[in-house]
Amino acid sequence: MQWPGKCIRHVTGMAFVQLSQVSKVYRSLKGSDYVAVRDFSLDIEAGEFFCLLGTSGCGKTTVLNMVAGFEPVSAGEIRISGHPIAGPAADRGVVFQGDDSLYGWLSALGNVEFGLRMRGIARAEREKKARHYLELVGLRGQDHKHPAELSGGMKQRIQIARVLANEPDMLLMDEPFAALDAHTRADMQRELKRICSATGKTVLFITHDIDEAIILADRIGVMHAGPASKLKGIVEVDLSEAERERTHDRFVAVYRQVHEMIRDEVAISLKRSQ
Amino acid sequence: MGRLRSVALYIAGFASLFVIWHVASTWIIPSVLFPPPWKVFLKGIELAQDGTLWEQSSASLARIASGFVGGSLIGIPIGLAIGSFPIVRRLLEPYTEFLRFIPATAMITVAVIWFGIGESSKIFLIIYTTVFIVIINTAAGVNAVAPNKIRAARSLGAGPFQIFFFVALPATVPYILTGMRLAMANSFVTIIAAELVAANNGLGRMIWDSRMYMLVDQIFVALVVLGFLGFTADRLFRWGIYAFAGRFSPVT
Repeated sequence: MQWPGKCIRHVTGMAFVQLSQVSKVYRSLKGSDYVAVRDFSLDIEAGEFFCLLGTSGCGKTTVLNMVAGFEPVSAGEIRISGHPIAGPAADRGVVFQGDDSLYGWLSALGNVEFGLRMRGIARAEREKKARHYLELVGLRGQDHKHPAELSGGMKQRIQIARVLANEPDMLLMDEPFAALDAHTRADMQRELKRICSATGKTVLFITHDIDEAIILADRIGVMHAGPASKLKGIVEVDLSEAERERTHDRFVAVYRQVHEMIRDEVAISLKRSQ
Repeated sequence: MGRLRSVALYIAGFASLFVIWHVASTWIIPSVLFPPPWKVFLKGIELAQDGTLWEQSSASLARIASGFVGGSLIGIPIGLAIGSFPIVRRLLEPYTEFLRFIPATAMITVAVIWFGIGESSKIFLIIYTTVFIVIINTAAGVNAVAPNKIRAARSLGAGPFQIFFFVALPATVPYILTGMRLAMANSFVTIIAAELVAANNGLGRMIWDSRMYMLVDQIFVALVVLGFLGFTADRLFRWGIYAFAGRFSPVT
């Protein structure tokens, strides 16, 4: 099987995604500033699965929104293959946490081929491609169902297929499985892992779940508690497929390492939210 | 609940209304001013046979239809513009927020002075009563489009015009249809009021004329017909939404 996704080769000395000294400041209605992220720097290599792990309110979604181009940076710079980003674009596909980004008036197929339709791809070709990706995410034969007729897990599959069908260089996923039940979540994690290793996409995946990060990631970036958050450290997850089981000794070792890093941040975050 | 059973309950509900009416008019308030249903029914048949009923109903319905369609055609684009562009909102909000509190019934006199007693004044009033509800619902619909729908479209490579036509507009359709349905109910109120005051024909005029000759059963015929027409119009509208736009609003 030839995967049609564009493969961005590693340019010497330059990461595929570069966040340098990025800050994000929100101005409240009263005029006071809230610094969500300050001096955040991170390099993500092409083809890498990077998980950004943090407590709630630590600014991890803010980072994703800036990489997606939904929100401008207040300071610093974000580059994709060397070029500064200017707003959202089809090279970065986004999978959202909830299902409110799906188009309820379109069928599953209509949703998946949406990006191709917007970009003027001929009907026959885009339908073929959309069907291929629906099948890839395990939704064969559900083409004509509307989102309202599908379960939460199936709707997330549509979102993933919709993004893949558009063939972006990079996937941005904002806690895409957080609203799913435990079994569906485990199932989706396995599927995503399989799809990503098959397509070789670069992924920035946001989560607050340590297990999820270890199951999926090549590297895990742990964030400080907000506000004015940045990376606390990065953990390399050098585990084989077989070792990415919650009960495996090496999995538990990585878990301890990550937990060690995030434990204090959770405490700080809880204290601040009181 | 089975479909048959729900239809049966519906019919039973309607039947009980007529039973209560019959009991009330025969034993509780026996008066010539409160005719029982069967007398109204007989009068209705008489009026249907001599053509009066059809003539008056169709006059009212034609006014409602043209004003309702006109008002919707004006209201939808304005509502979309108000919902989409803050500048337009600020410019037009004084109109919508001010005028929608002046009921169409209050505008009857002005309408008659401006457009005379003929069709134009009625159609103006129906447009007036339709347009603001449609505008407000449409604008609210645009604002209720989930930001993630827009964001997803941008990330999938859609431009601003594509986002408007392929995301914002279809996402707003359920709100537009709701606004139109409410406007339809308002149109029935307005047309009768307008015809009571100034018209050569129509159900409102029929009620007013009957009063002068104390034709109470004729008044009741008009009332029952009104209820029936309003009910049918609303059902047709809901059926239309379901048949042609069901996919825009899975909740019916």
